[in-house]
Amino acid sequence: MDIYTEIILDYYKNPRNEGPLPDATTCAKEDNPLCGDKIRINLKIEKDKKTGKEKISKATFCGKGCAISQASASMLTEKLIGKTPKEIEKITDEDIKKMLNIPISPAREKCAILCLHAAKKALTERGSAKKSAPCPGCKKETASGRPKRI
Amino acid sequence: MKDSKALKKDFPIFATKSVKKDGKELIYLDSASTTQKPESVITAITDYYKTSNANIHRGIYTLSEKATIQYEDVRKKTATFINAGTPEEIIFTRNTTEAINLLAYTFGEKHIKQDDEIIVSELEHHSNLVPWQEVVKRKKAKLKVIPIKSDYTPDMDEYHKILSPKTKLVAITSMSNVFGTKTPLKEIIEAAHKKNALVLVDGAQSAAHQKTDVQALNCDFFTMSSHKMLGPTGVGILYGKKELLADLPPFMFGGDMIKSVSQYDSEYADPPVKFEAGTPNIGGIMGFGAALDYINKIGFKTIEENDKKLFEYAVKKLSEIEGINLLIPPADKAGPVISFTLKDIHPHDIAAVLDQDNICIRAGHHCAQPLMEKLGIPATARISFHIYNTPEDIDKTCDSLKKAIKIFE
Repeated sequence: MDIYTEIILDYYKNPRNEGPLPDATTCAKEDNPLCGDKIRINLKIEKDKKTGKEKISKATFCGKGCAISQASASMLTEKLIGKTPKEIEKITDEDIKKMLNIPISPAREKCAILCLHAAKKALTERGSAKKSAPCPGCKKETASGRPKRI
Repeated sequence: MKDSKALKKDFPIFATKSVKKDGKELIYLDSASTTQKPESVITAITDYYKTSNANIHRGIYTLSEKATIQYEDVRKKTATFINAGTPEEIIFTRNTTEAINLLAYTFGEKHIKQDDEIIVSELEHHSNLVPWQEVVKRKKAKLKVIPIKSDYTPDMDEYHKILSPKTKLVAITSMSNVFGTKTPLKEIIEAAHKKNALVLVDGAQSAAHQKTDVQALNCDFFTMSSHKMLGPTGVGILYGKKELLADLPPFMFGGDMIKSVSQYDSEYADPPVKFEAGTPNIGGIMGFGAALDYINKIGFKTIEENDKKLFEYAVKKLSEIEGINLLIPPADKAGPVISFTLKDIHPHDIAAVLDQDNICIRAGHHCAQPLMEKLGIPATARISFHIYNTPEDIDKTCDSLKKAIKIFE
Protein backbone atom coordinates (compact mmCIF):
# COMPACT_ATOMS: atom_id res chain seq x y z
CA MET A 1 0.00 0.00 0.00
CA ASP A 2 1.16 3.46 -0.87
CA ILE A 3 2.11 5.67 2.06
CA TYR A 4 1.65 8.82 0.03
CA THR A 5 -2.13 8.66 -0.18
CA GLU A 6 -4.13 11.55 -1.57
CA ILE A 7 -5.10 12.63 1.92
CA ILE A 8 -1.52 12.66 3.20
CA LEU A 9 -0.35 14.60 0.17
CA ASP A 10 -3.24 17.03 0.48
CA TYR A 11 -2.36 17.85 4.10
CA TYR A 12 1.31 18.10 3.14
CA LYS A 13 0.76 20.42 0.21
CA ASN A 14 -2.08 22.47 1.73
CA PRO A 15 -1.40 22.29 5.44
CA ARG A 16 -4.22 23.32 7.75
CA ASN A 17 -3.38 25.35 10.86
CA GLU A 18 0.21 25.99 9.85
CA GLY A 19 1.90 29.10 11.19
CA PRO A 20 2.39 31.12 14.34
CA LEU A 21 -0.29 31.57 17.00
CA PRO A 22 0.19 35.04 18.52
CA ASP A 23 -2.28 34.45 21.35
CA ALA A 24 -1.01 30.98 22.20
CA THR A 25 -0.99 30.16 25.90
CA THR A 26 1.53 27.39 25.54
CA CYS A 27 3.72 25.70 22.95
CA ALA A 28 6.47 23.11 22.72
CA LYS A 29 8.93 21.81 20.17
CA GLU A 30 10.08 18.28 19.48
CA ASP A 31 12.72 17.24 17.03
CA ASN A 32 13.91 14.05 15.52
CA PRO A 33 17.65 14.41 15.07
CA LEU A 34 17.71 11.35 12.84
CA CYS A 35 16.03 13.13 9.97
CA GLY A 36 16.11 16.74 11.09
CA ASP A 37 12.34 16.96 11.52
CA LYS A 38 11.27 19.77 13.83
CA ILE A 39 7.68 20.36 14.91
CA ARG A 40 6.33 22.99 17.27
CA ILE A 41 2.74 22.82 18.42
CA ASN A 42 1.13 26.08 19.56
CA LEU A 43 -2.02 25.90 21.68
CA LYS A 44 -4.48 28.40 23.02
CA ILE A 45 -6.25 26.99 26.06
CA GLU A 46 -9.39 28.76 27.29
CA LYS A 47 -12.05 28.05 29.86
CA ASP A 48 -15.32 27.03 28.29
CA LYS A 49 -17.87 29.68 29.28
CA LYS A 50 -20.64 27.12 29.77
CA THR A 51 -18.89 24.26 31.48
CA GLY A 52 -15.96 26.13 33.01
CA LYS A 53 -13.66 23.39 31.75
CA GLU A 54 -10.40 24.13 29.99
CA LYS A 55 -10.44 23.50 26.26
CA ILE A 56 -8.14 23.95 23.30
CA SER A 57 -9.65 26.79 21.32
CA LYS A 58 -6.84 27.17 18.78
CA ALA A 59 -3.98 24.96 17.64
CA THR A 60 -1.32 25.54 15.02
CA PHE A 61 1.99 23.96 14.12
CA CYS A 62 5.31 25.24 12.80
CA GLY A 63 8.19 23.22 11.57
CA LYS A 64 9.86 21.40 8.81
CA GLY A 65 10.22 17.82 7.88
CA CYS A 66 9.09 15.03 5.65
CA ALA A 67 5.62 14.70 4.21
CA ILE A 68 4.58 12.27 6.93
CA SER A 69 5.59 14.53 9.81
CA GLN A 70 4.03 17.62 8.26
CA ALA A 71 0.76 15.95 7.30
CA SER A 72 0.53 14.31 10.70
CA ALA A 73 1.05 17.63 12.51
CA SER A 74 -1.56 19.35 10.40
CA MET A 75 -4.11 16.59 10.93
CA LEU A 76 -3.41 16.53 14.65
CA THR A 77 -4.03 20.26 15.10
CA GLU A 78 -7.51 19.76 13.65
CA LYS A 79 -8.08 16.94 16.08
CA LEU A 80 -6.89 18.97 19.08
CA ILE A 81 -9.25 21.89 18.69
CA GLY A 82 -12.22 21.52 21.03
CA LYS A 83 -10.58 18.90 23.21
CA THR A 84 -9.74 19.22 26.90
CA PRO A 85 -6.12 18.79 28.05
CA LYS A 86 -7.15 15.52 29.71
CA GLU A 87 -8.52 14.19 26.44
CA ILE A 88 -5.29 15.05 24.70
CA GLU A 89 -3.28 13.19 27.35
CA LYS A 90 -5.21 10.09 26.35
CA ILE A 91 -4.30 10.22 22.65
CA THR A 92 -1.81 7.43 21.93
CA ASP A 93 0.82 6.85 19.26
CA GLU A 94 -1.50 4.17 17.92
CA ASP A 95 -4.27 6.77 17.53
CA ILE A 96 -1.94 8.85 15.36
CA LYS A 97 -1.20 5.86 13.15
CA LYS A 98 -4.92 5.23 12.80
CA MET A 99 -5.48 8.89 11.96
CA LEU A 100 -2.90 8.73 9.15
CA ASN A 101 -4.27 5.40 7.90
CA ILE A 102 -1.10 4.42 6.05
CA PRO A 103 1.45 1.67 6.66
CA ILE A 104 4.15 3.29 8.80
CA SER A 105 7.51 1.55 8.88
CA PRO A 106 9.44 1.60 12.17
CA ALA A 107 11.89 4.08 10.67
CA ARG A 108 9.12 6.56 9.91
CA GLU A 109 7.15 6.10 13.12
CA LYS A 110 9.04 8.87 14.83
CA CYS A 111 8.13 11.30 12.02
CA ALA A 112 4.47 10.51 12.47
CA ILE A 113 4.23 10.84 16.24
CA LEU A 114 6.55 13.83 16.71
CA CYS A 115 3.60 16.24 16.70
CA LEU A 116 1.69 14.36 19.40
CA HIS A 117 4.71 14.40 21.67
CA ALA A 118 5.11 18.14 21.09
CA ALA A 119 1.43 18.70 21.95
CA LYS A 120 1.70 16.71 25.17
CA LYS A 121 4.91 18.53 26.09
CA ALA A 122 3.15 21.86 25.53
CA LEU A 123 0.50 20.79 28.03
CA THR A 124 2.90 19.56 30.71
CA GLU A 125 5.15 22.58 30.39
CA ARG A 126 2.40 25.18 30.48
CA GLY A 127 2.51 27.52 33.38
CA SER A 128 6.15 26.66 34.00
CA ALA A 129 8.63 29.50 34.21
CA LYS A 130 10.04 29.01 30.74
CA LYS A 131 6.58 29.20 29.21
CA SER A 132 5.76 32.62 30.70
CA ALA A 133 7.04 34.32 27.55
CA PRO A 134 4.75 34.19 24.51
CA CYS A 135 5.47 31.52 21.92
CA PRO A 136 7.77 32.77 19.18
CA GLY A 137 6.72 33.20 15.58
CA CYS A 138 7.40 30.50 13.02
CA LYS A 139 10.77 30.57 11.38
CA LYS A 140 10.59 29.97 7.67
CA GLU A 141 12.41 26.71 7.20
CA THR A 142 12.55 24.25 4.39
CA ALA A 143 12.72 20.50 4.55
CA SER A 144 15.64 20.28 2.21
CA GLY A 145 16.48 22.41 -0.80
CA ARG A 146 19.83 23.88 -1.68
CA PRO A 147 22.61 23.70 0.84
CA LYS A 148 24.14 26.95 1.98
CA ARG A 149 27.25 28.20 0.24
CA ILE A 150 30.10 27.39 2.57
CA MET B 1 37.80 -8.81 -17.24
CA LYS B 2 34.13 -9.19 -16.36
CA ASP B 3 32.00 -6.07 -16.37
CA SER B 4 29.72 -5.09 -13.51
CA LYS B 5 26.73 -6.78 -15.06
CA ALA B 6 28.56 -10.10 -15.02
CA LEU B 7 30.04 -9.46 -11.57
CA LYS B 8 26.56 -8.80 -10.18
CA LYS B 9 25.92 -12.53 -10.66
CA ASP B 10 28.53 -13.23 -7.98
CA PHE B 11 26.20 -11.63 -5.42
CA PRO B 12 23.34 -14.02 -4.62
CA ILE B 13 21.08 -11.39 -3.05
CA PHE B 14 20.28 -9.97 -6.49
CA ALA B 15 18.89 -13.32 -7.63
CA THR B 16 16.95 -13.99 -4.43
CA LYS B 17 13.23 -14.13 -5.13
CA SER B 18 12.04 -12.75 -1.79
CA VAL B 19 14.13 -9.61 -2.36
CA LYS B 20 12.10 -8.65 -5.42
CA LYS B 21 9.30 -6.18 -4.85
CA ASP B 22 6.24 -6.44 -7.07
CA GLY B 23 8.44 -8.16 -9.62
CA LYS B 24 11.01 -5.35 -9.51
CA GLU B 25 14.63 -6.37 -9.17
CA LEU B 26 16.67 -5.08 -6.25
CA ILE B 27 18.73 -2.00 -7.05
CA TYR B 28 21.18 -1.48 -4.25
CA LEU B 29 22.77 1.97 -4.03
CA ASP B 30 23.79 2.09 -0.39
CA SER B 31 27.24 0.51 -0.44
CA ALA B 32 28.79 3.37 1.53
CA SER B 33 26.64 2.12 4.36
CA THR B 34 27.32 -1.57 3.83
CA THR B 35 28.14 -3.60 0.74
CA GLN B 36 26.47 -6.75 -0.55
CA LYS B 37 28.40 -10.02 -0.17
CA PRO B 38 29.59 -12.33 -2.94
CA GLU B 39 28.84 -16.05 -2.83
CA SER B 40 32.48 -16.83 -1.98
CA VAL B 41 32.24 -14.83 1.26
CA ILE B 42 29.04 -16.54 2.33
CA THR B 43 30.54 -19.93 1.51
CA ALA B 44 33.71 -19.20 3.49
CA ILE B 45 31.64 -18.48 6.59
CA THR B 46 29.52 -21.62 6.31
CA ASP B 47 32.61 -23.67 5.42
CA TYR B 48 34.29 -22.57 8.61
CA TYR B 49 31.34 -23.66 10.71
CA LYS B 50 31.01 -26.90 8.78
CA THR B 51 34.65 -27.92 8.54
CA SER B 52 36.86 -26.02 11.00
CA ASN B 53 34.74 -24.75 13.88
CA ALA B 54 36.84 -24.70 17.03
CA ASN B 55 38.17 -21.96 19.26
CA ILE B 56 41.51 -20.57 18.20
CA HIS B 57 44.93 -20.26 19.80
CA ARG B 58 45.05 -22.63 22.78
CA GLY B 59 43.56 -25.81 21.35
CA ILE B 60 45.93 -28.75 21.18
CA TYR B 61 43.74 -30.78 18.88
CA THR B 62 43.86 -30.68 15.08
CA LEU B 63 40.57 -28.87 14.55
CA SER B 64 41.62 -25.94 16.74
CA GLU B 65 44.99 -25.80 15.03
CA LYS B 66 43.24 -25.67 11.68
CA ALA B 67 41.00 -22.81 12.83
CA THR B 68 43.99 -20.96 14.28
CA ILE B 69 45.98 -21.28 11.06
CA GLN B 70 43.07 -20.05 8.97
CA TYR B 71 42.46 -17.14 11.36
CA GLU B 72 46.10 -16.08 11.33
CA ASP B 73 46.17 -16.47 7.54
CA VAL B 74 43.50 -13.78 7.28
CA ARG B 75 45.66 -11.54 9.42
CA LYS B 76 48.55 -12.08 6.99
CA LYS B 77 46.24 -11.48 4.03
CA THR B 78 45.02 -8.25 5.60
CA ALA B 79 48.59 -7.09 6.18
CA THR B 80 49.42 -7.75 2.52
CA PHE B 81 46.19 -6.05 1.41
CA ILE B 82 47.16 -2.71 2.99
CA ASN B 83 50.91 -3.37 2.75
CA ALA B 84 51.53 -3.38 6.49
CA GLY B 85 55.09 -4.20 7.59
CA THR B 86 54.12 -7.32 9.54
CA PRO B 87 50.89 -9.22 10.34
CA GLU B 88 51.37 -8.26 14.00
CA GLU B 89 50.38 -4.75 13.02
CA ILE B 90 46.83 -5.94 12.25
CA ILE B 91 44.30 -6.02 15.09
CA PHE B 92 40.84 -7.47 14.59
CA THR B 93 37.99 -5.52 16.13
CA ARG B 94 34.22 -5.51 15.63
CA ASN B 95 34.21 -2.58 13.23
CA THR B 96 35.87 0.75 12.47
CA THR B 97 34.06 2.41 15.36
CA GLU B 98 35.53 -0.07 17.81
CA ALA B 99 38.97 0.30 16.22
CA ILE B 100 38.84 4.07 16.73
CA ASN B 101 37.53 3.68 20.26
CA LEU B 102 40.35 1.26 20.99
CA LEU B 103 42.79 3.98 20.00
CA ALA B 104 40.89 6.68 21.86
CA TYR B 105 41.00 4.65 25.08
CA THR B 106 44.62 3.55 24.77
CA PHE B 107 46.50 6.22 22.86
CA GLY B 108 44.15 8.90 24.21
CA GLU B 109 44.59 7.81 27.80
CA LYS B 110 48.34 7.45 27.60
CA HIS B 111 49.43 10.32 25.38
CA ILE B 112 46.86 13.10 25.45
CA LYS B 113 47.49 15.62 28.19
CA GLN B 114 45.86 18.85 29.24
CA ASP B 115 46.02 21.56 26.53
CA ASP B 116 47.14 19.07 23.88
CA GLU B 117 45.27 19.26 20.59
CA ILE B 118 43.63 16.66 18.39
CA ILE B 119 42.72 17.61 14.84
CA VAL B 120 39.78 16.16 12.93
CA SER B 121 38.04 17.44 9.81
CA GLU B 122 34.47 18.48 9.16
CA LEU B 123 34.19 15.49 6.87
CA GLU B 124 34.44 12.96 9.68
CA HIS B 125 31.83 10.32 10.35
CA HIS B 126 30.59 10.49 13.95
CA SER B 127 32.77 7.44 14.62
CA ASN B 128 35.91 9.49 14.04
CA LEU B 129 34.61 12.53 15.89
CA VAL B 130 32.70 11.50 19.02
CA PRO B 131 35.49 9.29 20.52
CA TRP B 132 37.89 12.25 20.21
CA GLN B 133 35.35 14.65 21.71
CA GLU B 134 35.31 12.34 24.73
CA VAL B 135 39.11 12.15 24.93
CA VAL B 136 39.52 15.92 24.95
CA LYS B 137 36.79 16.22 27.58
CA ARG B 138 38.46 13.66 29.82
CA LYS B 139 41.90 15.16 29.35
CA LYS B 140 41.00 18.86 29.20
CA ALA B 141 42.62 18.92 25.78
CA LYS B 142 41.30 20.70 22.66
CA LEU B 143 39.63 19.52 19.50
CA LYS B 144 40.55 21.45 16.34
CA VAL B 145 38.60 21.05 13.13
CA ILE B 146 39.74 21.38 9.53
CA PRO B 147 36.85 23.15 7.76
CA ILE B 148 35.67 22.20 4.30
CA LYS B 149 35.60 24.52 1.33
CA SER B 150 32.71 25.19 -1.03
CA ASP B 151 33.93 22.36 -3.28
CA TYR B 152 33.51 19.88 -0.37
CA THR B 153 37.25 19.35 0.02
CA PRO B 154 39.19 20.06 3.23
CA ASP B 155 40.67 23.53 3.52
CA MET B 156 44.35 22.67 3.55
CA ASP B 157 45.48 26.23 4.24
CA GLU B 158 43.44 26.11 7.42
CA TYR B 159 44.91 22.73 8.26
CA HIS B 160 48.45 24.04 8.08
CA LYS B 161 47.41 26.95 10.27
CA ILE B 162 45.84 24.90 13.06
CA LEU B 163 48.59 22.29 13.05
CA SER B 164 50.99 23.17 15.84
CA PRO B 165 53.48 21.67 18.30
CA LYS B 166 50.45 21.13 20.56
CA THR B 167 48.90 18.77 18.01
CA LYS B 168 49.28 15.20 19.22
CA LEU B 169 47.01 13.42 16.76
CA VAL B 170 45.36 14.10 13.41
CA ALA B 171 42.34 11.83 12.85
CA ILE B 172 41.25 12.13 9.25
CA THR B 173 39.01 10.23 6.87
CA SER B 174 40.44 8.97 3.59
CA MET B 175 37.07 9.38 1.89
CA SER B 176 34.00 11.27 3.06
CA ASN B 177 30.92 9.11 3.43
CA VAL B 178 28.73 12.11 2.59
CA PHE B 179 30.47 13.68 -0.42
CA GLY B 180 32.85 10.91 -1.46
CA THR B 181 35.72 13.40 -1.19
CA LYS B 182 39.16 11.78 -1.25
CA THR B 183 41.37 13.68 1.15
CA PRO B 184 45.04 14.61 0.44
CA LEU B 185 46.42 12.09 2.92
CA LYS B 186 50.09 12.38 1.96
CA GLU B 187 50.15 16.12 2.52
CA ILE B 188 48.22 15.78 5.79
CA ILE B 189 50.50 13.05 7.13
CA GLU B 190 53.79 14.68 6.12
CA ALA B 191 52.82 17.99 7.69
CA ALA B 192 51.63 16.29 10.90
CA HIS B 193 54.85 14.31 11.25
CA LYS B 194 56.89 17.49 10.93
CA LYS B 195 55.15 18.66 14.11
CA ASN B 196 55.64 15.25 15.74
CA ALA B 197 51.92 14.51 15.64
CA LEU B 198 50.65 11.05 14.79
CA VAL B 199 48.01 10.39 12.14
CA LEU B 200 45.04 8.05 12.20
CA VAL B 201 43.43 7.46 8.83
CA ASP B 202 39.79 6.34 8.92
CA GLY B 203 39.77 4.20 5.81
CA ALA B 204 36.26 2.78 6.19
CA GLN B 205 34.98 4.34 2.97
CA SER B 206 38.03 3.99 0.76
CA ALA B 207 39.41 0.56 1.66
CA ALA B 208 37.26 -1.34 -0.86
CA HIS B 209 37.59 1.28 -3.59
CA GLN B 210 41.25 2.22 -3.84
CA LYS B 211 44.55 0.55 -3.05
CA THR B 212 45.76 1.24 0.47
CA ASP B 213 49.48 1.26 1.14
CA VAL B 214 50.01 2.19 4.77
CA GLN B 215 53.79 2.18 4.40
CA ALA B 216 53.79 4.48 1.40
CA LEU B 217 51.29 6.76 3.15
CA ASN B 218 53.36 6.49 6.32
CA CYS B 219 50.20 6.82 8.42
CA ASP B 220 50.55 5.70 12.02
CA PHE B 221 47.13 4.09 12.35
CA PHE B 222 44.56 2.97 9.80
CA THR B 223 41.06 1.56 10.31
CA MET B 224 38.56 -0.22 8.10
CA SER B 225 35.42 -2.36 8.29
CA SER B 226 34.89 -5.71 6.61
CA HIS B 227 31.21 -5.08 5.94
CA LYS B 228 31.98 -2.10 3.70
CA MET B 229 34.45 -4.30 1.79
CA LEU B 230 32.12 -7.06 0.54
CA GLY B 231 32.80 -8.99 3.76
CA PRO B 232 30.51 -9.80 6.68
CA THR B 233 29.48 -7.47 9.49
CA GLY B 234 31.19 -7.74 12.85
CA VAL B 235 34.80 -7.49 11.70
CA GLY B 236 36.90 -4.34 11.79
CA ILE B 237 40.60 -3.72 11.49
CA LEU B 238 43.00 -1.46 13.29
CA TYR B 239 46.43 -1.15 11.74
CA GLY B 240 49.12 0.45 13.85
CA LYS B 241 52.86 0.78 13.45
CA LYS B 242 54.52 -1.98 15.44
CA GLU B 243 56.43 0.21 17.87
CA LEU B 244 53.35 2.36 18.51
CA LEU B 245 51.13 -0.63 19.27
CA ALA B 246 53.76 -2.09 21.59
CA ASP B 247 53.73 1.14 23.57
CA LEU B 248 49.93 1.22 24.08
CA PRO B 249 48.14 -0.28 27.07
CA PRO B 250 45.45 -2.92 26.44
CA PHE B 251 41.90 -1.75 25.76
CA MET B 252 39.90 -4.74 26.97
CA PHE B 253 40.99 -7.28 29.51
CA GLY B 254 40.28 -10.97 29.89
CA GLY B 255 40.98 -14.16 28.05
CA ASP B 256 43.49 -14.48 25.23
CA MET B 257 45.18 -11.11 25.78
CA ILE B 258 47.42 -12.34 28.59
CA LYS B 259 50.85 -13.88 28.93
CA SER B 260 50.28 -15.14 32.44
CA VAL B 261 47.73 -14.56 35.16
CA SER B 262 48.14 -14.95 38.90
CA GLN B 263 45.33 -14.39 41.37
CA TYR B 264 45.96 -10.68 41.89
CA ASP B 265 47.97 -9.58 38.87
CA SER B 266 48.53 -10.36 35.20
CA GLU B 267 51.07 -9.91 32.48
CA TYR B 268 49.76 -9.00 29.06
CA ALA B 269 50.54 -10.52 25.70
CA ASP B 270 52.28 -8.69 22.87
CA PRO B 271 50.34 -7.05 20.02
CA PRO B 272 48.15 -7.94 18.26
CA VAL B 273 46.83 -10.47 20.82
CA LYS B 274 47.12 -7.87 23.58
CA PHE B 275 44.23 -6.03 21.91
CA GLU B 276 42.06 -9.04 21.11
CA ALA B 277 40.54 -10.08 24.42
CA GLY B 278 37.95 -12.83 24.28
CA THR B 279 36.92 -15.11 21.45
CA PRO B 280 36.86 -13.05 18.27
CA ASN B 281 34.39 -13.27 15.40
CA ILE B 282 36.26 -16.20 13.85
CA GLY B 283 33.57 -17.08 11.31
CA GLY B 284 33.31 -13.44 10.24
CA ILE B 285 37.07 -13.16 9.91
CA MET B 286 37.07 -16.20 7.58
CA GLY B 287 34.44 -14.39 5.52
CA PHE B 288 36.56 -11.25 5.52
CA GLY B 289 39.50 -13.29 4.19
CA ALA B 290 37.31 -14.42 1.30
CA ALA B 291 36.25 -10.81 0.68
CA LEU B 292 39.90 -9.77 0.38
CA ASP B 293 40.48 -12.65 -2.06
CA TYR B 294 37.49 -11.47 -4.09
CA ILE B 295 38.69 -7.87 -4.24
CA ASN B 296 42.21 -9.03 -5.15
CA LYS B 297 40.79 -11.21 -7.90
CA ILE B 298 38.80 -8.38 -9.46
CA GLY B 299 41.57 -5.89 -8.82
CA PHE B 300 41.46 -2.24 -7.88
CA LYS B 301 41.99 -1.27 -11.50
CA THR B 302 38.59 -2.70 -12.44
CA ILE B 303 36.91 -1.38 -9.30
CA GLU B 304 38.26 2.13 -9.82
CA GLU B 305 37.35 2.13 -13.50
CA ASN B 306 33.81 1.04 -12.70
CA ASP B 307 33.51 3.63 -9.92
CA LYS B 308 34.73 6.39 -12.21
CA LYS B 309 32.56 5.37 -15.14
CA LEU B 310 29.47 5.08 -13.00
CA PHE B 311 30.17 8.33 -11.16
CA GLU B 312 30.47 10.24 -14.44
CA TYR B 313 27.37 8.59 -15.83
CA ALA B 314 25.34 9.22 -12.68
CA VAL B 315 26.41 12.87 -12.49
CA LYS B 316 25.40 13.37 -16.11
CA LYS B 317 22.02 11.66 -15.76
CA LEU B 318 21.14 13.13 -12.38
CA SER B 319 22.06 16.63 -13.53
CA GLU B 320 19.34 16.38 -16.17
CA ILE B 321 16.68 16.21 -13.45
CA GLU B 322 15.06 19.56 -12.80
CA GLY B 323 15.60 20.94 -9.31
CA ILE B 324 18.33 18.52 -8.30
CA ASN B 325 21.39 19.75 -6.47
CA LEU B 326 24.46 17.50 -6.32
CA LEU B 327 26.86 17.82 -3.42
CA ILE B 328 30.02 16.49 -5.01
CA PRO B 329 33.69 17.44 -5.03
CA PRO B 330 35.70 17.98 -8.25
CA ALA B 331 35.76 14.76 -10.32
CA ASP B 332 39.44 13.99 -9.62
CA LYS B 333 38.74 13.94 -5.88
CA ALA B 334 35.41 12.11 -6.07
CA GLY B 335 34.65 8.64 -4.82
CA PRO B 336 31.65 6.38 -5.55
CA VAL B 337 29.26 8.54 -3.52
CA ILE B 338 26.77 11.18 -4.65
CA SER B 339 24.77 13.18 -2.12
CA PHE B 340 21.94 15.31 -3.42
CA THR B 341 18.86 17.28 -2.57
CA LEU B 342 15.84 17.45 -4.84
CA LYS B 343 13.69 20.57 -4.82
CA ASP B 344 12.12 20.94 -1.40
CA ILE B 345 11.40 17.25 -0.99
CA HIS B 346 12.60 15.80 2.27
CA PRO B 347 15.24 13.10 1.61
CA HIS B 348 13.17 10.60 3.62
CA ASP B 349 10.30 11.10 1.21
CA ILE B 350 12.65 10.65 -1.75
CA ALA B 351 13.99 7.40 -0.28
CA ALA B 352 10.48 6.14 0.46
CA VAL B 353 9.34 6.73 -3.13
CA LEU B 354 12.46 4.99 -4.48
CA ASP B 355 11.86 2.10 -2.12
CA GLN B 356 8.54 1.49 -3.86
CA ASP B 357 10.61 0.76 -6.96
CA ASN B 358 12.90 -1.50 -4.88
CA ILE B 359 15.75 1.02 -5.07
CA CYS B 360 17.79 1.31 -1.86
CA ILE B 361 19.33 4.71 -1.21
CA ARG B 362 20.23 6.38 2.06
CA ALA B 363 18.55 9.49 3.36
CA GLY B 364 19.51 11.31 6.50
CA HIS B 365 22.46 12.98 8.10
CA HIS B 366 24.79 10.05 7.32
CA CYS B 367 26.27 10.17 10.82
CA ALA B 368 27.62 13.62 10.02
CA GLN B 369 25.30 15.98 11.88
CA PRO B 370 27.77 18.87 12.28
CA LEU B 371 28.28 18.80 8.52
CA MET B 372 24.53 18.97 7.83
CA GLU B 373 24.29 21.89 10.22
CA LYS B 374 27.01 23.70 8.32
CA LEU B 375 25.19 23.08 5.04
CA GLY B 376 21.98 24.35 6.60
CA ILE B 377 20.00 21.27 5.62
CA PRO B 378 18.61 18.52 7.84
CA ALA B 379 19.60 15.69 5.56
CA THR B 380 20.63 14.66 2.08
CA ALA B 381 19.71 11.75 -0.13
CA ARG B 382 22.74 9.70 -1.08
CA ILE B 383 23.53 7.06 -3.64
CA SER B 384 26.73 5.09 -3.37
CA PHE B 385 27.86 2.16 -5.41
CA HIS B 386 30.20 -0.77 -5.80
CA ILE B 387 31.25 -3.29 -8.38
CA TYR B 388 27.74 -4.77 -8.79
CA ASN B 389 26.14 -1.49 -9.88
CA THR B 390 25.41 -0.76 -13.52
CA PRO B 391 24.35 2.26 -15.60
CA GLU B 392 20.85 0.69 -15.73
CA ASP B 393 20.64 1.11 -11.95
CA ILE B 394 21.25 4.82 -12.42
CA ASP B 395 18.65 5.06 -15.21
CA LYS B 396 15.99 3.42 -13.05
CA THR B 397 16.91 5.67 -10.13
CA CYS B 398 16.50 8.77 -12.30
CA ASP B 399 13.06 7.56 -13.48
CA SER B 400 12.05 7.01 -9.88
CA LEU B 401 13.29 10.47 -8.85
CA LYS B 402 11.14 12.01 -11.55
CA LYS B 403 8.23 10.09 -10.07
CA ALA B 404 9.01 11.63 -6.67
CA ILE B 405 8.89 15.12 -8.15
CA LYS B 406 5.45 14.37 -9.61
CA ILE B 407 4.13 13.07 -6.30
CA PHE B 408 5.25 16.01 -4.19
CA GLU B 409 4.75 18.85 -6.64
